[in-house]
Amino acid sequence: MSHHLVVRVVAKLLMPFIILFALYVQMHGDFGPGGGFQAGVIFASAFVLYALVYGMDAARKVLPDGALRIGLALGVLIYGGTGVLGLLLGGNFLDYSVLAHDPVHGQHYGIFAIEFGVGLTVASAMATIFFHFAGRGANLDEMEE
Amino acid sequence: MGMSAYLIVRLHNLFAVVMVSGVYSLLAATFFVVVDAVDVAFTEAAVGAGISTVLMLGALSLTKGREKVPSRPAILPIIIALATGVALIYGTLDMPNYGDPDAPIHQHVAPTYLADSKPKTGIPNVVTVVLASYRGYDTLGEVTVIFTAGICVMVLLQGRRRRRKAKGDTA
Repeated sequence: MSHHLVVRVVAKLLMPFIILFALYVQMHGDFGPGGGFQAGVIFASAFVLYALVYGMDAARKVLPDGALRIGLALGVLIYGGTGVLGLLLGGNFLDYSVLAHDPVHGQHYGIFAIEFGVGLTVASAMATIFFHFAGRGANLDEMEE
Repeated sequence: MGMSAYLIVRLHNLFAVVMVSGVYSLLAATFFVVVDAVDVAFTEAAVGAGISTVLMLGALSLTKGREKVPSRPAILPIIIALATGVALIYGTLDMPNYGDPDAPIHQHVAPTYLADSKPKTGIPNVVTVVLASYRGYDTLGEVTVIFTAGICVMVLLQGRRRRRKAKGDTA
């Protein structure tokens, strides 16, 4: 799709807004609809768009495999780590009330942390799956036929 | 929705099938909005209509674009599908009416969640509180499933490519 000027410009223009919307969904999940799962998917879709328009090689340069692998594991680690932190501070596993002096604040911090972990893992997993599927096909231009 | 489901079954062009299944997901999302399940609708629109359509297209680029048409209609699968459908519809006859306040689902833990989640966590979105706090174990399991899926795709597809490359080097 490298010769479509309009598509290239519009895709580049949309990228920051898609990522911003993903972050909004991530952070605002406590107050409105949304949360880690949706935010992760939207975040990954920005890079899927980039890969579709600019090609797999360019997308891999932006989001290298190593970074995706780290993100994939780090998300689960943050989630589990929040649970273990609760254990260490004297609560039950995944009990957030002990994370701060005030149980209400603790719950808030804990939910924020695990939502971040969920978002990180989902975004990395979606991008990984797409990159591997698309990277194996001959090339994406054939799909336009 | 029924129309798009019928099209998915009848069409043999897989590209069209992927597109129609995206349409189906989007219609499902609007249905969830109508029944006030905004979080589910959001997930359905993002995952069902968005990313899984793209992933299907990615998978399609690895295979042929047309479905193999069987030489004779499959009778047994049709009977099984119809019997399951009839059984499911029969099962819904016993369900309480939609929105019935006396339904068991509104009597069990839901009132506690609705009453306690705001004062205990300070978060107004009950869905998020249930997902992340009350049902934290379940969500941890879901994240682990996604993590495993990502790792499996990585291992399966990358392993084969590396092996092929190694074979090319020796030849």
